[in-house]
Amino acid sequence: MKRFPHSNLTQNRSRLLRGTQFLLMLALLVFSSAVWGQSGGELRFCLSAEPKTLNPLLVQDNQSETVAYLTSGVLLRVNRITQKAQPELATEWKVLDGGKRIRFKLRSARFSDGTPFTSADVAYTMEKLMDPTLHTAVGDAFRSGDGRVSAHVVSPTVVEITFAAPVANLVNLFDTVPIVSSASPMKEMAALGPFYIAEHKSGSHILLKRNPYYWKKDSSGRQLPYLDSIRLDIEQNREIEALRFKRGEIHLINIVSPAIYDKFSTQDRSLVQDAGPSADTEQLWFNQVASAPIPAYKLAWFTSTNFRRAISEAINRDDLARIVFRGHARPAIGVISPANKFWFNEKLKPHPYDTSSALRRLQQDGFHLDNGVLRDKGGNAVEFSIITNAGNIARESMATMIQEDLKKIGIKVNVATLDFPTIIERITQKFNYEACLLGGVNGDLDPSSQMNIWLSSAENHQWNPSQKLPATSWEAEIDTLMRAQASSGDEHKRKQDWDRVQEIAWEQEPFIYLVNKDALVAVSASVKNAQPSALRPQTFWNVEELALK
Amino acid sequence: MKALRIAAVTVLVLAALTALGAHYIAPAGYEHQFRETPAAAPSSHHLLGTDDLGRDRLARLLYGMRVSLLLAPFAAGLATLLAALIGGIAGYWGGWVERCLMLLVDVFLCVPWLFLLLTVRAVLPLNISPEASVVVTFALLGFLGWAASARVICAGTRDMMKSEFVWMARATGFSGLKLIRLHLLPNLRGTLLAQFWISIPVFIITEANLGMLGLGVAEPLPSLGSLLGELQHVVTLRPEPWQFVPLIVLIVVVSSFQTLLNKQEVRA
Repeated sequence: MKRFPHSNLTQNRSRLLRGTQFLLMLALLVFSSAVWGQSGGELRFCLSAEPKTLNPLLVQDNQSETVAYLTSGVLLRVNRITQKAQPELATEWKVLDGGKRIRFKLRSARFSDGTPFTSADVAYTMEKLMDPTLHTAVGDAFRSGDGRVSAHVVSPTVVEITFAAPVANLVNLFDTVPIVSSASPMKEMAALGPFYIAEHKSGSHILLKRNPYYWKKDSSGRQLPYLDSIRLDIEQNREIEALRFKRGEIHLINIVSPAIYDKFSTQDRSLVQDAGPSADTEQLWFNQVASAPIPAYKLAWFTSTNFRRAISEAINRDDLARIVFRGHARPAIGVISPANKFWFNEKLKPHPYDTSSALRRLQQDGFHLDNGVLRDKGGNAVEFSIITNAGNIARESMATMIQEDLKKIGIKVNVATLDFPTIIERITQKFNYEACLLGGVNGDLDPSSQMNIWLSSAENHQWNPSQKLPATSWEAEIDTLMRAQASSGDEHKRKQDWDRVQEIAWEQEPFIYLVNKDALVAVSASVKNAQPSALRPQTFWNVEELALK
Repeated sequence: MKALRIAAVTVLVLAALTALGAHYIAPAGYEHQFRETPAAAPSSHHLLGTDDLGRDRLARLLYGMRVSLLLAPFAAGLATLLAALIGGIAGYWGGWVERCLMLLVDVFLCVPWLFLLLTVRAVLPLNISPEASVVVTFALLGFLGWAASARVICAGTRDMMKSEFVWMARATGFSGLKLIRLHLLPNLRGTLLAQFWISIPVFIITEANLGMLGLGVAEPLPSLGSLLGELQHVVTLRPEPWQFVPLIVLIVVVSSFQTLLNKQEVRA
């Protein structure tokens, strides 16, 4: 049978057209996927424990903070890479009266249940936050002086907040203020962030789903977040978490140990990233509490600047960084990590490892070597104990290496690993310890967040807490400088004050800072747009932009 | 079976000798850190390589064996002594004395050892030396580990008190210490020895468990337990067979004790 040529031609054209259309659509799909990441999908990662609260205003532990970060809306957000404040629910803001007032202009947005967001919600949030019966950690940061914190609703899109006295770092503090709804029947569970809590099975997991009313759009006008949901599995064992990551069951690990980092990087370098020095610290300090149940001659050692400086110089920090942290750490210089770009005092250099200098300093205080044993001027052999938390391999290893280092200058160190509650009891209540090795977590980059450590009257002034009057002149100077920087709106002046505090801390070494660890993270190759940061939350700080391939 | 027992005895004697002679055999001090060669593979300098802090693994194994193999029998002896005393009194007197003492045994068996050890470790002086801490740890194990043995010894004594030879001895005027010394103790010897031998591997493993939790022997002193600690990190465990030597030593030693124990149990 003969085919009719025209019909064949039409059929071929039609096929060609359909094929071209298909290819175009496919190309568009591939292109859009490449640019935005595939929409949808469930991101999975682990929480190391059950969050203590799901109320964003009451957050104190890391796990609750993670949930609040993923679900709460904030007026502004500190970009974890540039460390600058960026508009979020507030489109603009103005600090007035030298930090005593702040005015926000708000954008139009809705909570996850559809309730409109207005300035009344900001006022309500501030009222709740400052409620003394709730005693929220975020609220404490705003208590700059005696008197009320009041929020005045100027219009549905403008709100003004007035403080009793100027508040330092006022703008950045709002990065941690989760806005809750005053009108929603769901109360604080109505989310303004990219996700809302859809399911919580205690001890098992928390399921977060995309907030359909989330206000943010990407540069091409597409609504964020890209992900459909996030599943947070509660997993206490870090080894199991790593195994699950390796099997592809979870996509992120916010902090991995140097050992796991090395193991993964030998298998596939793209799995792990070293995001550079973190803001966290590891430090050793001596008990200087006058009423502590330790012999008077030991207290005299611990309160001597020469003794502390000598110990510091006898510790080989390079070895700690190289061996314990496998090169993923740097010898610490002081209270502020170089990761904190603005507030770090660049004039300060690391304490040198110099046992001869250490011995010279000790000789100035009357110490002398006697058959390889260091003795004080009263003839007492220098021996002390270091407590640290059992199960923390890095700290146990550091304590063992310090033990070996100090043996070289005739000092005997006994390492005692204790469970964490016992350590906290000893360092905060009974003061029956000699030296302690622990770490510090710096979530906030501003020095005001360290008031609770550096003020001599503070409970967390660990070497000698809750002093009625500063025990030393240098502590008195730190008190003055810390109060001055906390009540000033002049960033330059604040930087000068804080630089001086860092210098005093470097000279006196109440805390002997050991290393600044790198932020080591694991991100699956299937996660797009991840930009790990050295600051918390390292892997998911830009969660609305994360996508799965 | 005889060959197996000879092998077991040989292993234990060898282990005891190497542990006792650790000071002379070990290529380096157990605490010395060769910081330029951390986590090194076996070499002529370090026959079993070095650990993560650069300490010679062989030296630490030899000193660790000394700690575990010498102090575990000490703890086992202490536990057996306490068990003999309490179980023996309970079985000898019977009645309300037995009921009270067996209640005490039940209480001891119910006590969560780990938390008790945690508490005791927390109240120990911080400046206690590693050597003292290891003695205290094993002494604690001995003081806490007598209860199960006491129940066995109580049952054995009770049975013996009902036996005809004890009745005859009592009928002929034997009582009190004389009865215990001449009749009860010699006949309980097998049971006591069996309990002693059973306890040794139990205490070695208990110390190993404590060591893995970082609560046993203080750094830098090694024990089999603390040496096994690094094997618990399954993700980062390197495929290096020399890391498993402490585990193999523990298995061989405990198996040797077990082999001897079977014989003792048969006798008992």
